[in-house]
Amino acid sequence: MEIFLDGIKYLFVVALPYLITAIPVTLGLTLISGVIGNLLALPVAVARTSHNPVLWVPAYCYILVMRGTPLLIQLFFIYYGLGELLPGTWVRHSWLWPYLRQGFWYAVFAFSLNTAGYTGEILRVGLNAVPHGEIEAGRAFGMTNRLIFWRIKLPRAIRIQLPTMAGEVILLLKATSLASTITVFDIMGVREDLFAQSFRTYPPLLGAAIIYITLVFVFTRLLYWVEKHLNRDRLPPEPVILPLATP
Amino acid sequence: MNPNLSNWDLLSYGTTGYSDELLHGLWLTIQISVCTYIVGFCFGLLGAGMKLSGNRWLMRIGDWYTTIIRALPELLLLFLLYYAGTDMVKGLLVGLHLAGEDFQINAFPAAVMALGFILGAYMTEVLRGAILSVPKGQIEAARAYGMHFGLRFRRVLFPQMMRYATGGMGNLWLNTTKDSALIVVLGSLPELLSATRGAAAGTKHYAFFYFAGGCLYLLITVTSMIIQARIEKRLNRGYRRA
Repeated sequence: MEIFLDGIKYLFVVALPYLITAIPVTLGLTLISGVIGNLLALPVAVARTSHNPVLWVPAYCYILVMRGTPLLIQLFFIYYGLGELLPGTWVRHSWLWPYLRQGFWYAVFAFSLNTAGYTGEILRVGLNAVPHGEIEAGRAFGMTNRLIFWRIKLPRAIRIQLPTMAGEVILLLKATSLASTITVFDIMGVREDLFAQSFRTYPPLLGAAIIYITLVFVFTRLLYWVEKHLNRDRLPPEPVILPLATP
Repeated sequence: MNPNLSNWDLLSYGTTGYSDELLHGLWLTIQISVCTYIVGFCFGLLGAGMKLSGNRWLMRIGDWYTTIIRALPELLLLFLLYYAGTDMVKGLLVGLHLAGEDFQINAFPAAVMALGFILGAYMTEVLRGAILSVPKGQIEAARAYGMHFGLRFRRVLFPQMMRYATGGMGNLWLNTTKDSALIVVLGSLPELLSATRGAAAGTKHYAFFYFAGGCLYLLITVTSMIIQARIEKRLNRGYRRA
């Protein structure tokens, strides 16, 4: 009983205040990788939907590798692999080096590439789901293929896949916890530090769980709000009270 | 000189190379994944049954299970469930004087149970959707014939719901093989990623070995995708393709 109360006290007095300081790192990883990953997803999806094998074959392989291997091995490959190769090159003496000595930027790199693969596949499905009549309508208006892509296909594809893409951001938020394995002090990294300091297993884990649940809850709400505003036409209509029909 | 991707001796089979370690890791990863999948399927059936039971408390427990597990990172859950699970079992056995203080639980079942419990939450949602997709009239017809629950489940519900569940379950199988790599953080089982990390750290040929390990994971994925396509084709026999 005493151990239990002591653990709760430790959770609220020591663990949670320290874990909260790591929230910006987790959010930074999520937002930076999310933006870069979603931007990279666009060329991947476009290449994947192309009929030219020079374009779609590499895109297919990229998506297969990103979705077909664990994120953790991708992260290790980039962190340790590049860490092994880069010091022998010009990068060692360039302005990039101070950044490349931190795990954080390797994690951003790995998460961005991974998200690009997953979201690229999501966008591909969206691009293929754009109703053909809308593209024909654009053509009837004399739009060029480029204009049709930017004005009709892409906005439509994003709106069709918005719920799935929002889910992908939540998955990314959870996946950033892997950065702790390459010495990044995100929430899980701080948990490891707390464990090393106190040799307590459960209070740091429970503290991290509380923070992750809160973050996921806030993100879900925010993304739902974005979705509601962008997909206003696809929401169920406001109930209309009809006047009683008279015979 | 590029020290990477040139030294094929590193992949020889035996004491000098690391092929045997990697292939044993691959085999262990497959074993862990299959066991995790079976455990996860059982938790999933249980969860889906609870969520559709109509009993307020069972439904509430099912909701908590899927919501909390799916909101937390798998890495955190693996730590939490692995330690909590082994501590509880050990506490129980020591408390009952069935084992001494130096008793240790095998990492394999502990990791499989932890990963299976996580997978179960995702499986619950897939199976719940599949059960709801089976036309209600079919269940009513089975009831009208006087079939009891076991028979209804075995002859009517299960075969039809599996047809709807294959897509989602195929994705979850691929997730399971990938999530098994998280076990590397526990440092207690030489599965594929652990073996890869051991080889990479032992030889300092990081890029080379993580590339090789990635290829083996890709092998699992591609094989699974081919098998999945076959299973889907078989389950959909007798249905006209849209």
